[in-house]
Amino acid sequence: MRREIPLIITFVAGFVQLVDFFVPHPLVANAASELRQWSVIVIAASIVLGIGNLLRIHLFERIPRRTAGWPYSIVLLAGMFAMMITGLVWGVGEGTPFNYLFRHLKVHLDMTMFALLAFFIASAAYRAFRVRNWEATLLLLAAVIVMLGRVPLGSLLTRGLPTALQLPVVTEWIMNVPNMIGFRGIMMGAAMGVMAMGLRIILGIERAYLGGE
Amino acid sequence: MSVHSSISIIVMLIASLAAGIDIGGSAAGAPLQPGEEPLGESAFLEAFIATRPPGPATSVVAHDVPGDGGRQIAISWTRSRDDGAGDDDVVGYDILRSTQPGRGYLLIDEVPPGVESYVDTTATDGTTYYYIVRAKDDMQTVDSEPSGPAASRANWFRTRRLNMFIILVLFFSFVLTYIAQARRGKELFVRRIPGLTAVEEAIGRATEMGKPVLYVPGIGEIDNIMTVASLSILTHVAKITARYESPLLVPTARAVVMSAAEEVVKEAYLSVGKPDAYNPDNIRYLSDAQFAFAAAVNGIMLRERPAANLYMGAFWAESLLLAETGFEAGAIQVAGTAMVSQLPFFITACDYTLIGEELYAASAYLSREPKLLGSLKGSDLGKAFVMVAIIVGVIMETAVAFGVAPLTAIADIFRNFFYVAGQ
Repeated sequence: MRREIPLIITFVAGFVQLVDFFVPHPLVANAASELRQWSVIVIAASIVLGIGNLLRIHLFERIPRRTAGWPYSIVLLAGMFAMMITGLVWGVGEGTPFNYLFRHLKVHLDMTMFALLAFFIASAAYRAFRVRNWEATLLLLAAVIVMLGRVPLGSLLTRGLPTALQLPVVTEWIMNVPNMIGFRGIMMGAAMGVMAMGLRIILGIERAYLGGE
Repeated sequence: MSVHSSISIIVMLIASLAAGIDIGGSAAGAPLQPGEEPLGESAFLEAFIATRPPGPATSVVAHDVPGDGGRQIAISWTRSRDDGAGDDDVVGYDILRSTQPGRGYLLIDEVPPGVESYVDTTATDGTTYYYIVRAKDDMQTVDSEPSGPAASRANWFRTRRLNMFIILVLFFSFVLTYIAQARRGKELFVRRIPGLTAVEEAIGRATEMGKPVLYVPGIGEIDNIMTVASLSILTHVAKITARYESPLLVPTARAVVMSAAEEVVKEAYLSVGKPDAYNPDNIRYLSDAQFAFAAAVNGIMLRERPAANLYMGAFWAESLLLAETGFEAGAIQVAGTAMVSQLPFFITACDYTLIGEELYAASAYLSREPKLLGSLKGSDLGKAFVMVAIIVGVIMETAVAFGVAPLTAIADIFRNFFYVAGQ
């Protein structure tokens, strides 16, 4: 029964959502909505599991054993408790310590991480655009055209050419035709994959995600 | 002169007097000041238009919205003759509703000029309603004739999605047919997916180097099908690491995913007879925050130096942060996602990438389970159907564009069939 109960729950939940897509009757819509709310509640309640895992690993394993980088565990726990305590004691509204920490610490740390992307994109682009074979050369050419076509310089460089050869026009064509074809092809293939996977899960054929074949 | 015209002229004269306009003179009968122009014909006409009531909305029809969940009645009408034409002074329409014809009409909403339809979403199913559309200008209102009776009801099928239903049934029948064939023992050929072949190689390399394997199941929640696909792949990865006795690190961004991953990995270790090799501390919840998670995983890569990094699931902007750090750390990397915007980053920074559908096919491919492989074949047949539909559609649209008239009607039917409606 340990395996059957999750499979039955999966079948019922998946089938109701599928039927809800085609049947607008309140009887089905309410059941589907109720199930979605349950999933939200389960997911929200699961944060306790996350906190438990953090405490177990950092407070009872990494810090006492002084594993590599253990001082970071102290920073992590201090940050977690600081946010929890300030939020619980003073609330999370405007002007509260929680809000202050969120806006002046977390947001900026997030932005710092996000900003790193600029450097990573540069290094990844350098590798991607190295001319090693004809495919990479094609990629490089397309990239140069698109990059130039998106800035005023590209327009300036090709101003005297016929309209169809001007870089902004060629850029639009690359983005709207070859790029869009690839994009849509991947999307359609992925949609088929989702449908097949969904059917396998609802019917209990795919059960590896439960920890077995 | 008709009675109607006579009344109009009298009303016009009264109104012009009430407005203080002395036709051919000045306001309120005061003598003209130097430089002041006498009010002429246009002022007279304006006063006339202002006092003339707008034409009524006509042909008011109310009916239940088909294929909906109930409580909705659609009302349509023909605009007033003074809306966008004629006096062009209609400022909007009031929608009035009653449960009895001829009386008790109450205002339920108003719509701007130019509009010719409205959906009443506050109806009670089974109650009969009558509607009036009241045209209004700045001064006056005119009611339409009441609509016929209309009652909303809840339907059992969303008719606008009939095409999707047909395609879904067709697709499911393909999949189920091949699964049935696979159950009967028919050999099914599935093309090789290099990215999946590379997974075992990567784990083998990590084992040889005595380093851990890092598996990141994305930052999607458990209700994201990419995460479910990722957990299925994790089962197979965990079995291989269990057999090779390589440490498997699974950092997660969602607590439920962490809980599911714990179960998946534990079961996998049990199934290959290595329960003691399972280390629960390797399945870690890091943070729900996207960049905090990325920073933490990068920290793991740089401190614990895994030799194989596997990224499978739903990724957003953190994809390149992870993949580039992994690249710089010298790990062999295999990624898989259906997030189209992140694929270029993974393709650039990783050694192998499962593109889109390959992520969903991975579990079937790795397990070689006939039923799962059957579903892959069914999925392939679905793709063939889509390809044929695209080619036929392109041919028909091209023919219509070049004026092959006989195909116009067929092209319309074809186009409408593949049109995806909203609600």
